[in-house]
Amino acid sequence: MKRSGSLTWLLWLIPLVFLLFFFYQPLLAIFRQVFSERFNQGWQFFSWAQITRPLLFTLWQAFLSTLLTLIVGLPAAYLFARFEFAGRKWLHTLSLLPFILPTVVVATAFNTLIGPRGWLNLILMDLLNLSNPPVNLLNSLPAILLAHVFYNTSIIIRMVGNSLTRLNPHYDEAARVLNAKPWQAFREVSLPLLMPSILGASLLVFLFDFTSFGVVLMLGGPQYATVEVEIYTQAMSRFNLPMAGLLSMIQLVVTFLITLAQNRLKNPRFGKAVLSSEQKTRQQPVNMRQKIFVILMCLLLVVLFVSPILSLVSRSLVTFEAARGERGEFETGFTTRYYTELFQNRTGSIFYANPLAAIRNSLVYSVLTMLIATSLGLLSAYALSRSGKLTRWMEPFFMLPLGASAVILGLGFLITFNNPPWTSGRFPILIPIAHSLIALPFVVRTILPAIQGIPHSLREAARVMGAKPWKVIREIDLPILLRAVIVSLAFSFTISLGEFGASSFLANARTPTIPVTIFRYISQPGALNYGQALAMSTLLLLTSAAGSLLIEKIRLPGEELF
Amino acid sequence: MTKKHFLLLTLILFVLAACQPTTPTTPAAQPQTLTIMTHDSFSVSEELVRKFEAENNATLVFIQGGDAGSALNRLILTSVDTQTPEADVFYGLDNTFLSRALDQDLFEAYQPASLSAIPAEFKLDPTFKVVPIDYGDVCINYDKAWFAENNLELPASLQDLAKPEYSGLLVVENPATSSPGLAFMMATIAEFGETSWLEWWQAMKDNKVVVVSDWETAYYTNFSGSSGKGPQPMVVSYASSPAAELIYAETELSESPTASLVNPGMCWRQVEFAGILKNTPNRALAEKFIDFLLSKEFQEDVPMQMFVFPVLPEAILPEGFVLASQTPETVSSLDPALIAANRDIWVNDWTNLMLK
Repeated sequence: MKRSGSLTWLLWLIPLVFLLFFFYQPLLAIFRQVFSERFNQGWQFFSWAQITRPLLFTLWQAFLSTLLTLIVGLPAAYLFARFEFAGRKWLHTLSLLPFILPTVVVATAFNTLIGPRGWLNLILMDLLNLSNPPVNLLNSLPAILLAHVFYNTSIIIRMVGNSLTRLNPHYDEAARVLNAKPWQAFREVSLPLLMPSILGASLLVFLFDFTSFGVVLMLGGPQYATVEVEIYTQAMSRFNLPMAGLLSMIQLVVTFLITLAQNRLKNPRFGKAVLSSEQKTRQQPVNMRQKIFVILMCLLLVVLFVSPILSLVSRSLVTFEAARGERGEFETGFTTRYYTELFQNRTGSIFYANPLAAIRNSLVYSVLTMLIATSLGLLSAYALSRSGKLTRWMEPFFMLPLGASAVILGLGFLITFNNPPWTSGRFPILIPIAHSLIALPFVVRTILPAIQGIPHSLREAARVMGAKPWKVIREIDLPILLRAVIVSLAFSFTISLGEFGASSFLANARTPTIPVTIFRYISQPGALNYGQALAMSTLLLLTSAAGSLLIEKIRLPGEELF
Repeated sequence: MTKKHFLLLTLILFVLAACQPTTPTTPAAQPQTLTIMTHDSFSVSEELVRKFEAENNATLVFIQGGDAGSALNRLILTSVDTQTPEADVFYGLDNTFLSRALDQDLFEAYQPASLSAIPAEFKLDPTFKVVPIDYGDVCINYDKAWFAENNLELPASLQDLAKPEYSGLLVVENPATSSPGLAFMMATIAEFGETSWLEWWQAMKDNKVVVVSDWETAYYTNFSGSSGKGPQPMVVSYASSPAAELIYAETELSESPTASLVNPGMCWRQVEFAGILKNTPNRALAEKFIDFLLSKEFQEDVPMQMFVFPVLPEAILPEGFVLASQTPETVSSLDPALIAANRDIWVNDWTNLMLK
């Protein structure tokens, strides 16, 4: 026992030191600066409304987004957990894609779909013979909500769906035998059992919506600012650092409270007894009602997940010239020009990166992130799997990077790591480190349940038979954990691939990543540049999709992703 | 299955790694690294950089710190308490932020010999801590086809834009988050005066002016003259954007689909400066880089790389650029000291009026 005690300390130590050094240290450094006298001129505009306005809006839109996500996600989770139908697997995989898509791509995709000259408006204008776009969704609250539903539905599908598949059907059957109607059985028996996972999933969705940045900035327009957007504006544009610091502290506190609440929800009384390992609960839809449900849900999910992506891909392959003098009439034609143009450095610019080089830069950072985040996540998850009071308080500590403002952390990085070897401009090692901080909470959430799921009896049996601790780990834990580890690898890989903020902040401009090049194309006027941004987004989409497929292919049977 | 995937992944990685142009083998002496911090719009020919690097046995590292305002803010923040600055040279300080940068005492004075060839109107810093490199005009771009098709006269002044026939036709950027947005706000202050500029904005608000966060959204989502084909036929952009539309057109065009409104009082001139950062350990090399920025070669490279004009009068402009760029005869300007004292207040007032 003593030995495993010292082992626990080692497990704690490595990820703890990493977090203290690369997360808490820069965060504290920037807070110290922010509230120093040097920057206090920002206070001249201080008013409480500057805090309450973004805070209330953030809470309000997060609440609405979560509600909408539940409305779409719960029936979808039920669909995937209970029914077998053609294309089920395909659709299930697809629903994960938005979650790992970078916001630049999502915003661009939504623009090509619901923008003033997006497909939706073009089709409506053509059908109804209108000269102006009838749907004006961009720069509005609905656009933000729509994007949040698009992003987070997969969380509900996976978390609640998992509990649904593991829900022991005998309970339901027992209720039915006792003459309960199907709805009654669901409400009285299944729903209370599912409640912890529904609440847990909702809190996570709420947290993501609460800290949302890119989507709000790009689709919401200037009238709508979440706390995170306001932090960015205050810090980078208004240079009001005290305000940015204050807002980011508030965001951290809210994040801490949410993760703490989520931690409390993992009530051990549920779980073990009632949620058995995966049940064969899926069946073909039998009666008319079930068939209609399956068809309608599939339709909804296809529209939600496929249309923005399809719209992006198609616009990257279609030229789109307005006939002279005739608005509303457009000549369209197939083209691969945007793709071939990606390979040309027309102006001979030093910052030009051919798409292969950009993909290579991205892959180098992604692979490093994958290795750092997964090994640290594995250690953290082992440490967190030990029961005890300390562990309960430690989990939010590991989850806090989820709620840290990217711009505050980024500035913290810049003032903390401003000497060699960190500043060696040719290879910014800080990028994979920053990406690992972002990926770590996800990795821990993936591996922790898998570790907790290893039956104690197995380890005991091995020990009784004289196996040394490391042998227990190698022979029992590792084979069981292998798939969770692979999922984590793929997850951290794709998160790093799509990350834009830290990469643009810390990168040497001569070695840009894919998201950075997308941003470069879209920030220049000219039809070709816009087309190239779409083409590059499509390439990123394909790379992310490959990672996403990998995750699904090796899905754990009892996996609980979050 | 999984093993195969990872093998495939590794393979792809190796192939991509092989695509990398091989770095030249170790030269006689270790090249000196010069770090240049700049904004996202900065660009320069690879050829010129390579030449500079070869001639000076140097490696240039560029850091792009966001738009012009963000890059400067980042610089100010990171120069606190540090012995060595994050970069050696800063490029892309414009006249709306000039005084903030000078107040913070970020630069070391350097007066290159070549500065004598630069017109006095650009030399806004008498202490020579920063030197002018390029300039560009922020103007309203319009969609030529839209105005022709709708038989609408072009607005002749900012005042005209508040007329009912132009209702809902202009998209502007939020000056708090966008550098052209800030420049255009400055133009309105210069035109209408410190006391009554907000009245014009109030009239524009009543006339349904559209406000978006950034240039990208304004130009590609809202502007009808770009390939985004949005609903507004007028956008706050640069006088050189029509040239870019011509040069980056999908099919060769005889003329640009857009043009700029360049009547007096409608445009704001942004002059961009570069300077050597305080406490740089590479002062000599940094001086050479500033000389390089003012050289004829670099000055002639500027238009096609960044779509701005060189400050050096003898620099020859490329033909396509001259064809579609309009230069306003008179541009608005404000005293840098006045800007320094009021910029934050103006932005705050604007935000309170337009976004709340």
